[in-house]
Amino acid sequence: MSGIGTSRVARMIARKDVTVEWRGRVLVNQVLPFAALVMVMFAFALDGDDLLQRAASGLAWMATVLSMFVVISRSFLVDTEDGALDAMRVAGLDMRGVYLGKSLALFAQLLVLNVVLIALSLLLYHVSLTVESAILLSCVVVSATAGLSFVGVLYGGLAALSKGRETLLPLLVLPVVAPVVIGAARATESAYGTAGARVSEGWPWVGLLAVFAVAFAIAGLLSFPSLIEE
Amino acid sequence: MNVVDFSDVVVTYDGYPALAGASARIETGHIVLVRGENGAGKSTLLRTIAGLMPIERGTANVLGVDVAHHRAAVRSRIGMLSHRNGLFLELTARDNVEFWARCVGATAGDVADALDRMRLTHELSSTLVTKLSAGQRRRVALASLVVRRAELWLLDEPHSGLDEQSRTDLDAVLVEASRAGATIVVASHDTDRVATIAQSTITLVAGRTVGS
Repeated sequence: MSGIGTSRVARMIARKDVTVEWRGRVLVNQVLPFAALVMVMFAFALDGDDLLQRAASGLAWMATVLSMFVVISRSFLVDTEDGALDAMRVAGLDMRGVYLGKSLALFAQLLVLNVVLIALSLLLYHVSLTVESAILLSCVVVSATAGLSFVGVLYGGLAALSKGRETLLPLLVLPVVAPVVIGAARATESAYGTAGARVSEGWPWVGLLAVFAVAFAIAGLLSFPSLIEE
Repeated sequence: MNVVDFSDVVVTYDGYPALAGASARIETGHIVLVRGENGAGKSTLLRTIAGLMPIERGTANVLGVDVAHHRAAVRSRIGMLSHRNGLFLELTARDNVEFWARCVGATAGDVADALDRMRLTHELSSTLVTKLSAGQRRRVALASLVVRRAELWLLDEPHSGLDEQSRTDLDAVLVEASRAGATIVVASHDTDRVATIAQSTITLVAGRTVGS
């Protein structure tokens, strides 16, 4: 097997991860119900329309981040429980392709999750959208989800090869994704129009989220191969 | 031409010398048995040949690549089966073989042939690996190896978990691959079986090669 290109490896890995999800239906049967439950519990805990509407954007993104840990852990468990990640390394697969492929698959799964959670937050927390705010919200979801995916796979790889991976992953990831959660929550707040926020105020946050996503994509591409090798 | 050419190779693992001066020459197309007690360094030797272990001393060439200095360069030409099968347990047997087939541009026919060689019927190949027995999983791992058509096969206890028929099938696959030009290194405790198909033997004692 003479070395195959990064993009081909990325496609293979993304296809494999999506197939794993398709066969197991863990996102649909476990992660989505868990995230929905978190949203409903928040609604009960913050009983009161004003408070709920003000907190709605942050709650949706916190539910996403909490659910993301389940998706990442599972993604790497599939690769490590019988030594498949080692086998990929032995076979000389380009680890940058593995990183991109896993990020792409995680992005797709988190996107589905986010769409459902945003829809649920609109419903549960009595928020309405205009065309302008819907466009902003779409851009927020895409850029923030990309950032979360690139960070999640990088640290997921690190945690997967360590002892106590389940507890280590949130400890590693939460501080790093704090800027994404803050940016996404503020931009979503602008889209929801809560606390007097205007749609135009959300776009600088989208820019920040995009910069964050690109920065972590580059950092991941550079560091993931040596991380797995060591 | 020697596919593997090791001279006085030293490899440490957690400060312990797992290989303490191993020398070996393996010719193209040969089947070679690696024998030794538990902890003698058989698995480490295979992992070092695969470019997975840093070499502290000695010279080591694999498929013409200096693996003492360029460990990763040789990996794509090697197929390795270790104690773990390296399978995606939540995919079907066919999914697994197809994954490795895509790595080398193998056809659907090659996948069918590999599954057939390891007696993985349509029903078995459509089953999630997690639902297969240990022996069946081993056969899936071997089918994944067969479809990759590697130049150098490194097999660590490949017969473990297999029934008698599957062991015989595996031996036939190894002999056929060897005749087609592949070089095969088998670390095994089942020395009598492997010796019948091997052209030479490497014996390891406490990380040192003592004869070949």
